[in-house]
Amino acid sequence: MKLNRKYKIRTDNLSFWYGERQALFNNSLDIEANKITAIIGPSGCGKSTHLRVYNRIFELYRGQKAEGKILLDGENILDEDVDLLDLRRRIGMIFQKPTPFPMSVFDNVAYPLKLHYKLKGSELEARVEAALKGASLWDEVKDSLGKNGLALSGGQQQRLSIARAIAAEPEVLLMDEPTSAIDPIATAKIEELMDSLRERFTIVIVTHNMQQAARISDTTAFFYRGRIVEVGDTKDFFNNPKDPLTQDYLSVKFKK
Amino acid sequence: MSERVFKSLTFAAASLTVVLAASFLIVLWFSGFEAWKTFGLKFLFTDVWNPSSGEFGALGALSGTLFTSLLALLIATPLAFAAAMWASDAPKWIASPLSRAMDMLAAIPSVIFGMWGIDFICPHFGFSLFSASLILSIMILPYITAVMRDVITMTPDVLKESAYGLGATRFEVVKDVILSFGKNGLAGGIFIGLGRALGETMAVLFVAGGLNMIPSGLFDGCTTIASALANDFAEAEGLHRSVLFALGFILLMLEFAIQILAQLYLKRGKIK
Repeated sequence: MKLNRKYKIRTDNLSFWYGERQALFNNSLDIEANKITAIIGPSGCGKSTHLRVYNRIFELYRGQKAEGKILLDGENILDEDVDLLDLRRRIGMIFQKPTPFPMSVFDNVAYPLKLHYKLKGSELEARVEAALKGASLWDEVKDSLGKNGLALSGGQQQRLSIARAIAAEPEVLLMDEPTSAIDPIATAKIEELMDSLRERFTIVIVTHNMQQAARISDTTAFFYRGRIVEVGDTKDFFNNPKDPLTQDYLSVKFKK
Repeated sequence: MSERVFKSLTFAAASLTVVLAASFLIVLWFSGFEAWKTFGLKFLFTDVWNPSSGEFGALGALSGTLFTSLLALLIATPLAFAAAMWASDAPKWIASPLSRAMDMLAAIPSVIFGMWGIDFICPHFGFSLFSASLILSIMILPYITAVMRDVITMTPDVLKESAYGLGATRFEVVKDVILSFGKNGLAGGIFIGLGRALGETMAVLFVAGGLNMIPSGLFDGCTTIASALANDFAEAEGLHRSVLFALGFILLMLEFAIQILAQLYLKRGKIK
């Protein structure tokens, strides 16, 4: 590994339980700043679980438990006394399905701004516009900001979700299979968008689509049965996989 | 049984309910016709109630009905919402039996609530509008809570997660996501509760005080249409009897309107 790399998140010895069932086993993974890290692996391998620890969203559910350390800029976010609301402002999340709230396009994007900054008037409008531009959605919705977010197309809804996630200027974006519910053209748009977002954010994307990981990511991590099998620079990872499990997976042997 | 016979049987049964509903309205209208003819529309706007002189107005009972029902809603709605929120989040082993217990409230006969009210509520609040509202609010609580529980569980987890993921507090998620996602369903639940409260008879009869006039304060006696009917009907004759039918007609129209609104909102809440 090169020494001059700057890591935004360092995961150290992370284990995770759904009640009695252990889903992650002592995993360590470093996430480089302003890069896209892709997590791939078969269904149930723990890739989404891993992602959901980064903003502690799993804590909404009883019986789910994480152990280990996750250092965000050196500070362990699994500590008891971490300010969860601020953590979630710093780490945004995009889900499998688009999740516009049942309110207007404008209000959707303004929502996190109102939560964290109590902005009003022209300042709020400027921030909403900037977020929509950042998500490449502005040109399509600038004349219909009052329209219900649910009335947009699937791809637009997902970009609206991204606009909302970046509105409060987070540092990290977590994306949990963000294109699995939308069509190929909309997917291409979002991949293009991610490429431009990399300058401002550190991105971690979970995907079951290996081609997508190969196209857009800088680093790829392969999860299998709750363990990280192999991590590497994406080009290297796909051209020259080292672990036999990775080789098998990439040759689509046990993709099912 | 052939398909056709079965179909005509079910059709007949379905038609029967419509015919019955219509016949209720017709009977109430014609049996109350003398009252409408004697007092005209003024009947709706006066609260005199004097069987011995033959002077009657619907406003006393009507206002009592509306006041008690609305106040009951005011008390029950926030309680129901809180209970439903709690039940949606609490561990199953305790939420489940408590929800069942709440549903059981709906199975308690009205007259039992009335007896209980006389002993436990009236000593504190008198035979009054407030006592009636309090009893009513307990009686409609399970209905509103049940609908609200459904509405809250209908809000997709991923929608709640994305609000939490933006750094919203639990209160903000409830206020901004669950309430706005489920507002039609919640309105439907409130209307169902209102429908129950408007027609409730025995419990109110026991604790409201039976004063047929516009109530002048929270702790004054009052009556409702349903309890006035139950109280007077057995001994009413002539015009008095016709007036009671006219009151019944008003109540039925009110109930129909509320039912339609409730269905409308519940249906709208299901879309999307």
